[in-house]
Amino acid sequence: MRDGAFFNLSDRLSRQLRGDEVLLCNLDGEDSDFVRLNGNRIRQAGGLSAWTLSLDLIQGQRQAQARCDLSGDPDQDLRRAQALLDRLRERLPHVPPDPYLNYATEATESDQRPGNRGLTGDWDSAGAIADLTHAAAGLDLVGIWASGELHAGFASSLGHRHWHASQNFNLDFSCYLEGGKAVKANLSGLAWDPKALTDKLARVRRDLDILARPARAIPPGRYRAYLAPAAVAEIFDLLAWGGFGLKDHKTAQTPLLRLARGERRLDSRVTLREEHARGLAPGFTAEGFLKPEAVTLIADGRHQDCLVESRSAKEYGQAVNAASEGPESLALDPGDISMAEMPYRLGTGLAIGNLWYLNYADRNDCRITGMTRFATFWVENGEPLAPVEVMRFDDSLYHLLGDRLEGLSRERELIVSPETYEGRSSASALLPGILVSGIDLTL
Amino acid sequence: MGRGPTSHMQDLLAIADHFRRSARSADYWSLRLAGEETDELAVRQGVTEPSVLGSSLGALLTLVRGGGIGYGATSDLSAAGLSAAWERASRWADLHAHLGLFDASLHPRSSLRADYASPVVEPWESLSLVDKLDLLRAGCAALEIDKRIVDSSAWLGRRRVEQLLVTSEGGEIRQIFDQVSSGLAAVANAGSQTQTRHGGGADWGGQGGLERLARVGFREDARRVAEEAIALLEAPECPVGVRDLILMPSQMVLQIHESIGHPLELDRILGDERNYAGASFVTLDMFGAYRYGSDLLNITFDPGVPGELASAVADDEGTQAQRQHLIREGILERPLGGRLSQARSGLPGVASASARASGWDRPPIDRMANLNLEPGVASLASLIAQVERGLLMDTNRSWSIDDSRNKFQFGCEMGRLIEDGQLRGLVRNPGYRGISASFWRSLAGVGDAASREIRGVYTCGKGEPNQSIQVGHASPPALFRDVEVFGGGE
Repeated sequence: MRDGAFFNLSDRLSRQLRGDEVLLCNLDGEDSDFVRLNGNRIRQAGGLSAWTLSLDLIQGQRQAQARCDLSGDPDQDLRRAQALLDRLRERLPHVPPDPYLNYATEATESDQRPGNRGLTGDWDSAGAIADLTHAAAGLDLVGIWASGELHAGFASSLGHRHWHASQNFNLDFSCYLEGGKAVKANLSGLAWDPKALTDKLARVRRDLDILARPARAIPPGRYRAYLAPAAVAEIFDLLAWGGFGLKDHKTAQTPLLRLARGERRLDSRVTLREEHARGLAPGFTAEGFLKPEAVTLIADGRHQDCLVESRSAKEYGQAVNAASEGPESLALDPGDISMAEMPYRLGTGLAIGNLWYLNYADRNDCRITGMTRFATFWVENGEPLAPVEVMRFDDSLYHLLGDRLEGLSRERELIVSPETYEGRSSASALLPGILVSGIDLTL
Repeated sequence: MGRGPTSHMQDLLAIADHFRRSARSADYWSLRLAGEETDELAVRQGVTEPSVLGSSLGALLTLVRGGGIGYGATSDLSAAGLSAAWERASRWADLHAHLGLFDASLHPRSSLRADYASPVVEPWESLSLVDKLDLLRAGCAALEIDKRIVDSSAWLGRRRVEQLLVTSEGGEIRQIFDQVSSGLAAVANAGSQTQTRHGGGADWGGQGGLERLARVGFREDARRVAEEAIALLEAPECPVGVRDLILMPSQMVLQIHESIGHPLELDRILGDERNYAGASFVTLDMFGAYRYGSDLLNITFDPGVPGELASAVADDEGTQAQRQHLIREGILERPLGGRLSQARSGLPGVASASARASGWDRPPIDRMANLNLEPGVASLASLIAQVERGLLMDTNRSWSIDDSRNKFQFGCEMGRLIEDGQLRGLVRNPGYRGISASFWRSLAGVGDAASREIRGVYTCGKGEPNQSIQVGHASPPALFRDVEVFGGGE
């Protein structure tokens, strides 16, 4: 579905409004190819075309919401949306006034099309898969190719017109050796570049050479460690769960409560921002608000601002600065250690490539647990000597990003989320690696 | 008051009939059509949140043709839309024929004709919207017993899925799944200590109608939930050490799910999930001989438990579902998976009919459905009486396990000390860790049928593209010996 069709649908629905009714319309759509791979062969391949329309019918202080799938046929979609609108109109008198109702009353417009190549559906996924399986010959490669168009739109009876369309790919994969040892990699972007794939696979092969050495088992204890950007991303993915939202702060549920209250602080080199302007997500919210360029969440190790979505903004009297209260375009400031120097600054310890399955062990102290996964190496005098068997850690971020943080890398990696639960994600994070004097391994 | 949700099945049958008559030549095809209606209601701190109605409709076509397999999913169910899905599936089948992991002839074919509908006593529409919101407001208000309750919420939702699977071999499987979900949550805070307690069915999913509210005690649970949240603020931290451990059904659900269910999924064992959800410490050669747990461990795949979350007549490959033992008296007998994975694995026997998709927009993959711990003979009181120095833990709140489903660490909302066979005081932030391969061998007691609760997990995530699905778990409380336990704090 194109922007014109969506705006036309919104207009036709708006013309049916009665009295002082206001209608907010959101569209989320994708036309995607998904190819699963195992053993460098296709396990499951297919495609999806789907559009979801969300409606918010408002009258005075009352509101009711609904969503439905659209077919792409204008008349059929109008009938579906009309039926939904009728159900909302029936519901509205029976719901109480909503004191936290909050939507943008000033009509605004935007049109963002990052990576747009004309949206002509000319993406050659099959060609990319052929490139991949050829370049990865001899590797036990497993993973997912996801590509195609993503659409998001917002329109209202007040005259809003916002559209965000992109076309991209995300190849998320790992390569295995016997015994479950593996290297993880990701290649994502706006245009397919076989050379970038070749370079990425060359690095994977180099790491596999080290992984092929006998794995070292280490006992639980505290170890010096370097956490690569992909591992740091897992930490912030967890922290995104309740860490930064205004509601979580106001109701004392945030795992950063002690930081927010000034009882603890992180290392002064930790500055964290939600960089809306840099990110890949739409620049507007479901209520028609425009996101600011950036929100500083932690400045110089101290809590600064929260992410504020529309309901919280009304409830707590703050300005809307996010579509939801979880970050989607996070950035951690870089440090001053070059990636090349990092192994020598680590000296002897663990080089952790990825973490996995993180969760809170105790939110009150921002204590988290999780596993090492994929390429984690034992390093001595700056030289990676052997892979390390998977280990569980259980430690507080007040230590890992606080008193045990030795430094951050100068270079950062842009990590584009491969997640596809609610459609292909547009979340990303720009992160350095971190060097810590100790991480507690427990199992 | 208000019209009910759309009924989809007649429309789906008409679409399927038209598709059958116009289908082009293929070795095999299946068309899975699904319509889903949802309604979400919530009250937080006395304020009614915006209600959300959902209406989803779409189809996924799987095509086996020319030695390959491909799929196309679409929300356009017109003849043109399904034709486009056919073209898309066909293109992927062509590529799969050249680069496929396995021979397309392994893909299962179904000619099954069957019907299923969830048992519903009190339909969702039997209570007006106003009455439902009143119920939620009352529940939420009952949570606010103390100024230390800093957040309170009550919610109620319904989900109705009507699914039709038709195949080129005459298969036609109609299934209607009805669910009503509810919950209560109280957040208590004092200083920098925050404790959350859930109840009212929050972690107690099942199929059915509004009669489920009585089954999960929604109307009378609020005070207990709030009082326990407050009490946990003042409770000591869970001790650190090695103790005997009783897990209540609300935590057993998670323990079974993570350290038995996932390791037994065939697609993990076959390596499909290694890039995302992970592999398994279980290997194909273990079936039939491996000691997974003590003699008390009996795990069944049971799609026929009335009201359990994933009860069904067939899976999404069209395989009839039937009760099977996966683990009998501690010995591993068979995995979880669909017929395709069974064929790829070369394992003998009958697949557990658990190739499932999260919705019309995803292809089926190997899943848990209803995975249950069969009851033993002990009452909860007799399990407690067997413990000299231990803990009882209730309601999962944290879960983490390695990618081969072995090293786990779980946390619960509430713990109780057990000393000399007697329940003692509360402890807060209780957690425990262990290794799946040895943990189940320390199973020393299993509760009886009276103590069994039929629960489940609402959001089980795996697959590429990602899929979140609901699975059922029934379990009594269980006793484990010599477990590493710990509490909160840095």
